[in-house]
Amino acid sequence: MSTRTVNFTLNGQLVSTEIEPHRNLVELLQRFDLFGARESCGQGLCGCCTVLVDDKAVSGCLYFGVWVDGKSVTTVESLDAEGALSIVQRAFIDCGAFQCGFCTPGFVLMVHQLLKEHPTPSDDDILHYLSGNLCRCAAYPEIIEAVKVAAKR
Amino acid sequence: MKQVGRELPRLEVRAKVTGRADYVHNLRLPGMLFGKIARATVPHGRVRNIDVGAAKKVTGVDRVVIGDDIRKVIPEPYYGPAFHDQPILALDKVHHIGEPVAVVLARDPAVAERAAQTIAVDYDELPAVYDEVAAMQPEIVVHDVLKPAGTFADLKHHKGRTGTNVALDYHLRRGDVDAAMARAAHVIAHTFRTQQCLHVPFEPFVAVAEPGDGTLTIYTSNQTPSFVRTEIARLFGWPENRVRVKVPFLGGGFGAKVYVKLEALVAALAMLTRRPVKVALTMEEQFYMITKHPTTFRIKSGVDADGKVIARACEVFWNGGAYADIGPRVTQKSGFTAPGPYDIDNISVDSYALYTNRTPAGALRGFGIPQLVWAYESHTDLLARALGADPVAFRRKNILREGRPQASGTAMHDAAIAEVLDTIAARLDWDKPFDRGTGTVRRGRGVAIGFKASISPTTSVAIVNVGADGSTTLYTSTVDMGQGSDTAFAQIVAEVLDLDAEAVRIVHPDTDVTPYDMGTLGSRSLFHMGNAVRLAAEEARSKLRALAAEAGFPEGTNYPPAEIFKKRYGMQAGNVVGTASFLPTYKSPDTHTGLSDNVTPFWMIGGAGVEVEVDTETGAVRVTKLVNAADCGKPINPAVARTQLSGAAIMQLGFTLSEDMRLDGGQVTNASLADYKIPGIRDIPPMQNELVEAEQHSGPFGAKGLGESGTFGVSPAIANAIDDAVGVRITSLPITAEAVLRALRARDGKPLKDE
Repeated sequence: MSTRTVNFTLNGQLVSTEIEPHRNLVELLQRFDLFGARESCGQGLCGCCTVLVDDKAVSGCLYFGVWVDGKSVTTVESLDAEGALSIVQRAFIDCGAFQCGFCTPGFVLMVHQLLKEHPTPSDDDILHYLSGNLCRCAAYPEIIEAVKVAAKR
Repeated sequence: MKQVGRELPRLEVRAKVTGRADYVHNLRLPGMLFGKIARATVPHGRVRNIDVGAAKKVTGVDRVVIGDDIRKVIPEPYYGPAFHDQPILALDKVHHIGEPVAVVLARDPAVAERAAQTIAVDYDELPAVYDEVAAMQPEIVVHDVLKPAGTFADLKHHKGRTGTNVALDYHLRRGDVDAAMARAAHVIAHTFRTQQCLHVPFEPFVAVAEPGDGTLTIYTSNQTPSFVRTEIARLFGWPENRVRVKVPFLGGGFGAKVYVKLEALVAALAMLTRRPVKVALTMEEQFYMITKHPTTFRIKSGVDADGKVIARACEVFWNGGAYADIGPRVTQKSGFTAPGPYDIDNISVDSYALYTNRTPAGALRGFGIPQLVWAYESHTDLLARALGADPVAFRRKNILREGRPQASGTAMHDAAIAEVLDTIAARLDWDKPFDRGTGTVRRGRGVAIGFKASISPTTSVAIVNVGADGSTTLYTSTVDMGQGSDTAFAQIVAEVLDLDAEAVRIVHPDTDVTPYDMGTLGSRSLFHMGNAVRLAAEEARSKLRALAAEAGFPEGTNYPPAEIFKKRYGMQAGNVVGTASFLPTYKSPDTHTGLSDNVTPFWMIGGAGVEVEVDTETGAVRVTKLVNAADCGKPINPAVARTQLSGAAIMQLGFTLSEDMRLDGGQVTNASLADYKIPGIRDIPPMQNELVEAEQHSGPFGAKGLGESGTFGVSPAIANAIDDAVGVRITSLPITAEAVLRALRARDGKPLKDE
């Protein structure tokens, strides 16, 4: 199958690759050995595949890889690029806001977008931003707490 | 510093928040093929012909494999923990829609998937049975002949049986039920049902097999690595040491990933192709793998004039679906607790595991207990209401107290039933006035308590290695799927060896390296493996002391291990290995009476209290308060323990209010998260999670398992609260707004039409 060239910024670095047009963003990221965005429900409902494209969260399972051409892609792997965890990541640890950890990168990225747009989020802001992320271990009370802790810091 | 009881964060927190935690989901091997499964499209039928011609012609397809091909590497390709009834790929018959019939292998999973969709199968369709009570009659028989695995004594009499769907029948007789019913002041009977639902781990089933030189390595998202090794070795006729099973973190398990799931398939495919093979299911495919038993439970009680339950008769029908999986164990292990945590002298239990033409059912966070508690706590509430008694007071009068024999005859010890009930009642302010609402929104409250025996007899083995620099490593085959076992075991090792828990490294299951464990299931790990870990660490400590004596250190003083090694071996060299196994005592229930005086090594106790608002115009139920309480022994890590309690309760909230696999002609019609509704962040009620600390004397540092206890009480507590609010009784799960509205309208003589 024919491929297309995509040029984009991946976690702050300019990259280029060839990809078939039917591949989604999760598959594209796997080619760069990035596995933090995970396809689970395959329908954009669970948020395990959350990736930021130009600072907006998208479901990587529903977002074609070719669409990132010319855009900036941020994955969970960029958050501790300097060796230190982000405020959100530390808050998730301090609040015990996960169990199996499979959905955690999606929640962490979504909370980054939430706090960027609402540095002091209301309870409703939190529920609104996180209603597209599911956690089967149901660490929701601890996740809400982690958002509040991160906002205070 | 004391390590047991510390609320330290899980050891693997950094890996999990950075997305770098290791899951099989991520694994890629050089030359690896991806397999995609073509599945049965009829619920019951004989396979006439499988046409793979078109699939083979798809560019990029490496190979297409059907059931007969599997026989080239595994002559008798049937597996299963209780019955060897499940073919790796369908052979003569298919028994449920979605059963694997063929596999396409390709370097590109998209190619394999496209080719798999072209496979056409001809069937001679057979009539199908879906209901567990209907399956008791032999008109439609799912399996031509029953094939018990031979590992369980109570299944042997089923070997070779034909003309039946009953995979296991368990019977318990205690006292004289008929005589007690005859003299009871009140005899009340009800029937309760539960729906088919499923685990939905967010890392769907995935396994990779890699052939070696006379060996096979399997990387799998599985809760029972030791069992997988045994079963795969059995299928190939190999010694166990040629099979290596490795399990990193799991993206959720909840009982789905126990025993063999995809492992036999990838093993056979890898041996056929001599290439690494990965099979990873989609979310939709999980609906055809393993589910939770639907049940019908007929329960009848005799109560004397003082409000004491003197007799209880229980008939439980477990819908096991097309393959037995671990269903027969659920039928027996849960069966003897069917009368509930009550002190009743006259009891009968008849519990049946049934084959039907549905997706198989197995263990789901409670091993059948939530289905039983749903029935006996709804029933117990109805008894109290019928007698005009307060539901909490009625339970207090009847619950099992310390030392009293449970239905099986086993005396209750270290089981904080009364304390759990009292905690719930206190958090609900049960004795204070309650605002019942007015107009169209009415308020009610309810409680429910349940209990569970631990699976027995099961073994765990642990190895603790202290290296020459004193750094310590624990080797266990317990799988950390989010429950925090790595952290709890590190705390136990650290407590014994006087270390910081953070400094203990855990080696994840690798059957070439880590010793045997029966499995990470049934809340057994903290108790069984926890005891083994403690004993192994104690042996390491004894060996260190002996080494210190050899090296000439004065007795009775604690020297750092690094100094002991250096003095003994002249440099940073050597190590000590402590190892231990743990197998609690157990007596199997008598095959005739179902009785045993030692039926479990420990009891799990859990319960819930809820307050609800019911909208009488729509039937909508809003849970406004949820109190969860469980006997956790002495918690090793209270923070992690509370999240287990909370997570289990929220999961059960989904099974109570929304989750429901719907069937049409055997086809699941809602096999996606879009149509099968699991709890989201907006569905969480205000919650209180209460750990009831009660020493488990046989547990490691007084601890016991907790992974399932939070599920027990949620469903019946909600039904009881709805009854309290509006006076209607829901007897089938899930409790949807429609179900409540139908009940309200029926009560008012204006029933809604069936659509």
